[in-house]
Amino acid sequence: MSIEARREAGLDPARSGAGTVSEPGPPKPARRSRAADLFSKVAPPLIVFVAFIAFWYAVSYLFLEETQRFLLPPPHDVFIVSFLDTVNLTEILNALLSTTQVALVGLAIAIVIGVSFAVLMSLGKWVERSLYPYAVILQTVPILAIVPLIGFWFDFNFRSRVIVCVIIALFPIITNTLFGLQSVDQEMHDLFTLHKASRWTRLLKLQLPHALPAIFAGFRISAGLSVIGAIVGDFFFRQGEPGIGRLLDVYRAALQSEQLFAALFFSSLLGLVVFWFFGLIGHLLTRHWHDTAGQEV
Amino acid sequence: MEQRNPPAPDTGVRPSSKPGAAANAPIIEFRHAGKVFDDGTHAVDDVSFQVRPEEIVAIVGPSGCGKSTLLRMASGLSPATSGEVESSHERLGYVFQDATLLPWRNVQRNVELFGELRGAPKEERTRLASEVIDLVGLKGFERHYPKALSGGMKMRVSLARSLTMKPPLFLFDEPFGALDEITRERLNDELLRLFATEDFAAIFITHSVNEAVYLSNRVLVMSPRPGRLIGEFAVPFEFPRSADLRFEPDFARLSGEISHALRADLT
Repeated sequence: MSIEARREAGLDPARSGAGTVSEPGPPKPARRSRAADLFSKVAPPLIVFVAFIAFWYAVSYLFLEETQRFLLPPPHDVFIVSFLDTVNLTEILNALLSTTQVALVGLAIAIVIGVSFAVLMSLGKWVERSLYPYAVILQTVPILAIVPLIGFWFDFNFRSRVIVCVIIALFPIITNTLFGLQSVDQEMHDLFTLHKASRWTRLLKLQLPHALPAIFAGFRISAGLSVIGAIVGDFFFRQGEPGIGRLLDVYRAALQSEQLFAALFFSSLLGLVVFWFFGLIGHLLTRHWHDTAGQEV
Repeated sequence: MEQRNPPAPDTGVRPSSKPGAAANAPIIEFRHAGKVFDDGTHAVDDVSFQVRPEEIVAIVGPSGCGKSTLLRMASGLSPATSGEVESSHERLGYVFQDATLLPWRNVQRNVELFGELRGAPKEERTRLASEVIDLVGLKGFERHYPKALSGGMKMRVSLARSLTMKPPLFLFDEPFGALDEITRERLNDELLRLFATEDFAAIFITHSVNEAVYLSNRVLVMSPRPGRLIGEFAVPFEFPRSADLRFEPDFARLSGEISHALRADLT
């Protein structure tokens, strides 16, 4: 409460200090409460972040000898070496671009295949029964085991990396879409039956819209997985255009821990951005009607 | 806009009781109809009754007695396994206890749904929809999504949606069962008004004896499962009925008799 009050008090002088003459008179309660609202949302993760950085410094300087400090370089070193050194930054960003391309193409293909398969499965119980076990197997096969095999078969190129992404991203899309299509209330189906709706009409006007929130939940999970697939594929292939996975391996081998941390940071950021992006699209499409559409990230 | 011309035209409110004349061919007829589900559950047993045009038949019974099954049989959603159900019309309005609106469509587009499924042209759909939205008192709410509506308003949308088909027969499956009493009584009155202006017959399932008597020409009483008809009561009160009817001795007497019949088989 005192934090809140202090912040509230701090806000107004800051605003008037900016010299905004156009904003005289009474304070605006709506904006204030919105600021307080924002504060209550931002503050907790911010505190965790500060604590995390403090812990990082503590480990770097208190636990590690100077000779061991390469194991965990302090945050500002990481920042200086990787973000302010344009050579390093360019190298990392180029790799990131390559990885992003692989992940997005893989994700797009997984979405097309996954949604189509789910629709097919929803059309007939026998299709579901014959295909679903293989979707599960696809999910349970360790991706690390299958990556070399894909390299053998399809060569170590862009296409193979995309295939890895598709394999790893497919399952959540299939299961979530299928769940969405199948979870329509019986009464709704009755309604469409009474009006002699065709299978196609039922799918387009009832099942697909109903499934939209679940479908986007699947996209969100798969987007993160596709990024992981792109990095893992890259890490193991060690050929072709280097992505962020290859860089991780190179930095590790050369004990360039500052760059290693930066590469780690950027690859996490990529996963976060695609995850958030699909969350946003899903939210925009269903916010009028879906209860959980308000939840973000 | 509304001008009252001296020679007042027919306002649509019909003067007295519904012409439940026996001469009219029944709009739907159950003949010894029964239903046994695949799992062996005997839901409905040997039910026979008719509904004539513009007649409102209420069916009361303990929960689980197969009332809803009766409606599913009437609509063809779940055909009878013995006897027959003969319906003279294909079009019917089916109103469930749940409003069954599509949450991603606003009121206007929900009401247009059946026209869309039938393949009616856009222009006709829009016109019909605004007509019935007005009829159920939801003018101004066309752009609202179901999420933003109260339970009573959702039921009105559901009702409006069925009204777009101008069905000669309505099937009501405890439509107001989930609503509070005040909302329910208000909707009862509005339903009576619609009965009077819109010329349709109805089978109205409810577990409220008062609601059954208030709305119908005839009340049928069902037994616990397997559901059979164990009583039939004519409701003599004239239309249009007013809310005060509920407090009259005759009304109470008839309701009492029906409640008694309902409990007779519940031992």
